[in-house]
Amino acid sequence: MDELLLHPTTAGGKLLLMIIAIALFALVMALVLILADRPRRRPRWVTAAVFLFPALALVAFGLIYPALVTIRNSFFDQTSDDFVGLKNFGFILRDPEFLTTLRNTVAWVVLVPLLSTVIGLVYAVLVDRAKVEKFAKTLIFLPMAISMVGASIIWKFVYDNRVGALSRAYVTVAGWFGSEDAQAPYWLIDAPWNTFFLMVVMIWIQAGFAMTVLSASIKAIPDDIIEAARLDGVTGIKMFRHVTVPMIRPSLVVVLTTVAMTALKAFDIVRTMQGRLYHASVVANDFYTWSFNNNDKGVGAALAVLLFVIVVPVIAYNVRQLKLTEDIR
Amino acid sequence: MKRSLGRVVVAAGMGLVLAGAVAACGTDDKEAGGGGDSATTADCSAYEQYGDLSGKSVTVYTTFVDTEGASYEESFKPFAACTGLTVKYEGSKSLTADVLGRIEAGAVADIVAFPQPGLLQQAVATGKVLPVPAAVAQNVDQYWTASWRNYGSVGGTLYAAPLGASVKSLVWYSPSAFTQYGYEVPQTWDDLLTLTADIAADGQAKPWCAGIADGDATGWVATDWVEDMVLRSAGPQAYDQWVNHEIRFNDPKIVDSLKEMSKILRNDSYVNAGIGDIVSIAATPWTDAGTPILDGQCFLHRQASFYGGNFAAENADVGENGDIWAFYLPSSDPSSKPILGAGDFVAAFADRPEVVAFQTFLSSPEWANEKAKVTDGGWTTANNGLVKSNLKSAVDQLAYGLLADPSAEFRFDGSDLMPAVVGSDAFWKQMTAYFAEVKPEQDVADAIEAAWPKD
Repeated sequence: MDELLLHPTTAGGKLLLMIIAIALFALVMALVLILADRPRRRPRWVTAAVFLFPALALVAFGLIYPALVTIRNSFFDQTSDDFVGLKNFGFILRDPEFLTTLRNTVAWVVLVPLLSTVIGLVYAVLVDRAKVEKFAKTLIFLPMAISMVGASIIWKFVYDNRVGALSRAYVTVAGWFGSEDAQAPYWLIDAPWNTFFLMVVMIWIQAGFAMTVLSASIKAIPDDIIEAARLDGVTGIKMFRHVTVPMIRPSLVVVLTTVAMTALKAFDIVRTMQGRLYHASVVANDFYTWSFNNNDKGVGAALAVLLFVIVVPVIAYNVRQLKLTEDIR
Repeated sequence: MKRSLGRVVVAAGMGLVLAGAVAACGTDDKEAGGGGDSATTADCSAYEQYGDLSGKSVTVYTTFVDTEGASYEESFKPFAACTGLTVKYEGSKSLTADVLGRIEAGAVADIVAFPQPGLLQQAVATGKVLPVPAAVAQNVDQYWTASWRNYGSVGGTLYAAPLGASVKSLVWYSPSAFTQYGYEVPQTWDDLLTLTADIAADGQAKPWCAGIADGDATGWVATDWVEDMVLRSAGPQAYDQWVNHEIRFNDPKIVDSLKEMSKILRNDSYVNAGIGDIVSIAATPWTDAGTPILDGQCFLHRQASFYGGNFAAENADVGENGDIWAFYLPSSDPSSKPILGAGDFVAAFADRPEVVAFQTFLSSPEWANEKAKVTDGGWTTANNGLVKSNLKSAVDQLAYGLLADPSAEFRFDGSDLMPAVVGSDAFWKQMTAYFAEVKPEQDVADAIEAAWPKD
């Protein structure tokens, strides 16, 4: 019986397993809901506990426990058996290539949110109340539906030196200026520019996200404020600078920090398109390589801890801004 | 009450999405039929020694997927049909990344085919790998050479029997093009350099094609080149010292070997990836790198025996007098014949009788011959119980002949034996820089030496 349930081999068996799994899930959820709904005279904290328990248990097991183990491992050797103190961190910081990796990571965290937000904001303002607004928004939002790995593979073809769209365009344009046998640059090989070409992939995806959020908050600006500004003779760029941007500032900050956190985890794009080659690695990618390719859990964990340390200020800022936004409302 | 019913429906809906996601994440998990198959007509006498294993099952984990994986599953069928054993086969390209984690979690398959001896050593270090049973050890002694037994051993104990093998010291060329332009297969390294110069002087096309890109494994093709050059320029003895780090990676002998290699691979008029300069070698997938020979865009390409499948996929006539064939990468001294190769090794994590039986079968000539019969090309083994004519592809027969050649000095792919930090990271990375940044040989060797673990 356990054989049938754990290793179904036929389509019917798999379907049956799926139905059983769904039924189990629904049953548990129903039980939680009914329990929480039943007796009315009960302290509030019991209700709260019943609802919080599944989430807390999952966070503790799936997030806090692994985080603690990772921090512990960063002070242990490659098989996590012997305590080595700060050796792993020293090793990382002495590696000249790691400085390049750190530089790349910083570039990702600064440039990707900035460019995505600027592009998304300008686009949102430009198409706001235009005739083709919905269609124009759909166009830029579409890449959001593509996974990072999928997008990376698409862009890898764009950058391909022989058949890539970008390379062909380069050769064609060079031809117009009289260069007969121009060769396209190696977009993904020549450092440090290759990091920028990798970032383009994430900007392509995240600009749609920025546009959606910012467009919504632009629409939420009360009409009377706009009208008052108009009566005072504010138009065009001034309206954008002195009315629109200050009014949507909280959303801007949330978009910036959210994209910054995504950029910090830019592992999939780098790994799919580049691996650790050509000086384009980022911290998350190094962490994977050391943990699973080089099988050195100590150095891998130390890299993860470093990444965590870098992320903390961004998250703290993000949470603070979210709170501020809620307080305003 | 109506409200809670609504919530239950929502919960069920969420469950559906979850279950769908789980179902979509399934791995390449298939079974090679157990009993009652079409193979019942096969002769079962060779399998009688394994007894009746009906109702038992064994799990196998390898790196082989798609058609390669299918041929493995196919090769298990006669055994399964005769003994009644159910073989549960799983293939995954990410085995090297996840197998140690699986071992630690106690969720590893009964039998794992390790693609590198270096990884096997790390697995043995966990203490979970069982030494091979006596019957397997006996097979290994009988059908493999001592050096192959050595690659499957850690600290003198045999933990894994060899499975497949490949020969890497091959240069692909087109016999028809050679006849057309009057070129001859070189017998020494110097002949090869002369031939290269001649082809370049004739100006039909670049003499060599190369390409080393392979996703995040980019660079391994170049490390094979280096290993072949060290074997030829510094000799097999220095090669062993180099692999075991008894001499440093930036030893003058190794740097000289790199420089010897640069005579071909760093000469813009001798080599590219079909188009562009040397940097294009770093950007071109290894799978596409050799096929330009068929279009006359180049004449020579150094790549392992398994590359034959790529030519077969182009419908090329692979054969000694056909469109494409391979010659042995010659050494400087024709009296020595070093051969670079690689292979995979089967270790077990359980000692149930059915696991022992299946493990013994995998080390037997019966399996090797069965595998040869169901593989279209790109596979061979160093098992000397294999009947050469069972291999379907002429290249595989050529490779098997080289492996069985008693005058040849076989050496295992060095990057597979080095620590992973070097063998599948620094070595790959620096050899990619060798092309992409035209990094000087000495700097390449120094950087790899610096990455070698210190203890």
